[in-house]
Formats: sequence, structure tokens, C-alpha cells
Amino acid sequence: MAGFNKVVTNYADAMNGLEDGMTVISGGFGLCGIPEGLIAQIKEMGVKDLTFVSNNCGVDDFGLGVLLENKQIKKMISSYVGENALFEKQFLSGELEVELTPQGTLAEKMRAGGAGIPAFYTATGYGTPVAEGKETREFNGRHYVLEEAITADFAIIRAWKADKMGNLIYRDTAMNFNPMAATAGKITVAEVEEIVEVGELEPTHIHTPGIYVNRVIKGNFEKRIEKLTLSR
Amino acid sequence: MALTREQIAMRVAQELQDGFYVNLGIGIPTLAANYVSTDIEVMLQSENGLLGMGPYPTEDQVDPDMINAGKETVTAVKGASIFSSAESFAMIRGGHVDLTVLGAFEVDQNGNIASYMIPGKLVKGMGGAMDLVAGAPNIIVTMTHADKHGNSKLLESCTLPLTGVNCIKKVITDLAVLDIRDGAFHLLETAPGISVEEVQAKTKGKLIVSDSVREMQFN
Repeated sequence: MAGFNKVVTNYADAMNGLEDGMTVISGGFGLCGIPEGLIAQIKEMGVKDLTFVSNNCGVDDFGLGVLLENKQIKKMISSYVGENALFEKQFLSGELEVELTPQGTLAEKMRAGGAGIPAFYTATGYGTPVAEGKETREFNGRHYVLEEAITADFAIIRAWKADKMGNLIYRDTAMNFNPMAATAGKITVAEVEEIVEVGELEPTHIHTPGIYVNRVIKGNFEKRIEKLTLSR
Repeated sequence: MALTREQIAMRVAQELQDGFYVNLGIGIPTLAANYVSTDIEVMLQSENGLLGMGPYPTEDQVDPDMINAGKETVTAVKGASIFSSAESFAMIRGGHVDLTVLGAFEVDQNGNIASYMIPGKLVKGMGGAMDLVAGAPNIIVTMTHADKHGNSKLLESCTLPLTGVNCIKKVITDLAVLDIRDGAFHLLETAPGISVEEVQAKTKGKLIVSDSVREMQFN
């Protein structure tokens, strides 16, 4: 009986069930707070035609960029994709489809998806290319755009600490999209820096309750810095 | 003389008031943080999920888990809070951030802004800009008054795809400070050594010049 023990000990088990053509939501902002080992495992598995929902698409040789390199991504739903030469090449050649989504709308689409809300109205993007083809409506004299929620076959996230039941705590701004992503996967896999015994985490300090999390794996993170800026 | 980037940032900093929660965009807006008066307290919001952004870290303080919306390593000030991107945009969209300052390619006399996409060039994305301009009650755009070919960026109607509509209230350029209201730019201040005529010549949109135009003041 596994009960509520969500811990898996190898990456093959962590990503078991991922198949060609599936949709994957990934936490992270830039290279901060990304599930490095789970991304590496997807590369290892070689599954193709994936749709990724992620704020960014990594850099050429790190983060989701490694899956571009391997031509495993068919479509990206992101808010900003500027840091990646491979991305540009595949986008311009038509190999890669891109759906640009405002950052706050992207976060809310994941949140809504996980919370059972199929769509929501936001003023973001009204009158811009983002609103084209979407329903709009006026509330109290302001215009809003109807945006649909996002869910996925898998959500891959990174947290700082997990207990064995999958309760999660994030660290600093590595939190970013991870809490919403965690709620929106049919299977949510958390790669974490440390796994502790049940009862060691203070219940009120838990950011993501274990109910959202299916699998937990302890990772080793490079934590590459995208832009090192120092005070003079 | 047209203002330098640093001088535009100094003028932007004068718009920050005591007790303001402020979101500063990448580029000149971020520079403004260096010139905030020591007599006031402001809290900087970074849309990846940090309220109370501090200066860049020293080498000892560098932490890959502490970055700002420009993906630069940063620190947090005392009293800072860190939260998810959904929470971050809830405070932005909900109008809780007092002031947003961001750059643009074009602004027009109806307060429309184009800042994220030049057709024919690679589209990198809007990031959080569309949410910021839709949410903040008070938005200032900083940019050069004209492009490098001398073409005005203050237009009757934006020509590039829009980031937001009817949302920009004020523009601070290398030549002037202008309000946008009632379908026109209203000249408030000129940069030292810049004539009203030069601003008029470089503003393509409708420009209203009152008798009370001042020269920008720098301390």
C-alpha cells in the first residue's frame, strides 16, 4: 500500500505515461524555478509533437531549449520567447507554432484550469491582437476579453521542499508559475530540492497542498543564472 | 539638449510619491530606481512575484532563486513579500499597484500604446506589459520623442499592433513631459534648452500648448 506516499526514486517513473502529442505545463520564469531533471527526462524519452505551456522557452542549451534542439516541441504557449536563437529559427521555418499570451493571463489560465473555472474575463489585451477572434463583453463601462482556462496531461514543476505526501514549499522567486502549474495537470510531477518526513512541514506554511501533486522526486539542480547583475 | 537616458530616469523618479507601490519596466524605467529621493519610501513590484525589490546583489548575495522580471539577479528589501505569478498579476490587474512606468515604440493622442511587436520582425512576446497597462490606474510611458530617423513616436494613431487601448496618461521623453487627455497631448514641461517649437515639430499627434509650460527641474 502506497497510501499517500508520492515519492518516486527515478526519472523514468516520474514521467511515466508521457506520450507523443500530449500537452505539458511547466513552471518556471526564465531559467528560475524550472524542473531541470524532468525536462532532461523528457529529452531522454524522445516523445514528440508536445505542446508546452510555459512562460518562456529556456535558452538554447538549457531549460525547455533542449527540447527544441531535439525537435520535440510542436507548439509553445508563452508570454515571452526572446532569449533563444533555436526558437527563432524553428518559428520562422514554420516547424514551431507559437501562441503568445500575456503573462498575467497565462498565470490565470493555469489557475482557472486547476480550479475548475472554464474561462474568465480580463481587460488585458482588449483592442489588441490578443483579443482577435475572442468574445468580448462590457462590465461597468469597461471592455473585457473572454479567455479560456488551460489544463494539461502533465504538469512539471519545481519546489524547494516536499514532504512525502506531496505538500510543497517554494523558495523565493523560484515560486513564480509553479503553484498554478501544479494545479492544472492531470498528472503533476514535482521535482524538489529536499524531501522531508510527513509532519515536518508547518501546515500553514505549505504553498501547494499535496492533493494537487501525484509524484515527487528529489532532483539535483544546476540553477543556471540567466543574467548575473551585481551591485557596484 | 535632449535628455540622456539617465536624465529621463531622473525626471521619471520625480513621479514616484511617498508610499507608492510601483512597477518599473525594463530599461529607462528601471534606472529611475537609482534616483528616488531618500526622503520618501516606495516599494518596487516585479511581476514575476516580488514586492519590495532591492538593489542588485553583491557577489556573496547572488542567489539563482532571486530574480526580477528582467531575469536579473536581485535582492529583496526589508518588508518584501514573494508570491506566485497569479498573485502578482492579481495585484496588477486589480489596480493595487499605484504607478507603472514602461517603455514603448509608439503612443497616440488617445492613450493607446504599441510596445511589443513590429510586424515582419520576430515577435518575442508581450510578457507582462498588456496586463500592466490594463491594470494600473496610473501609467507613464518613457521613450525618446522621435526614432533615430527623426520620425515622431507621439502619434495621432498608433501604426503598430497595440499593447493596450486608452490607458496611457503621461509620457516622459528626452524632450518633454506631456499629459494625454481628451484626445490630445498636453505639453507640461520641456527639457532644458528644448524649445516648444521643437516639441511641436516632433509631435505628430494633436498637441496642446498652454501658457504654463515649464522647463524641467533637476535637483
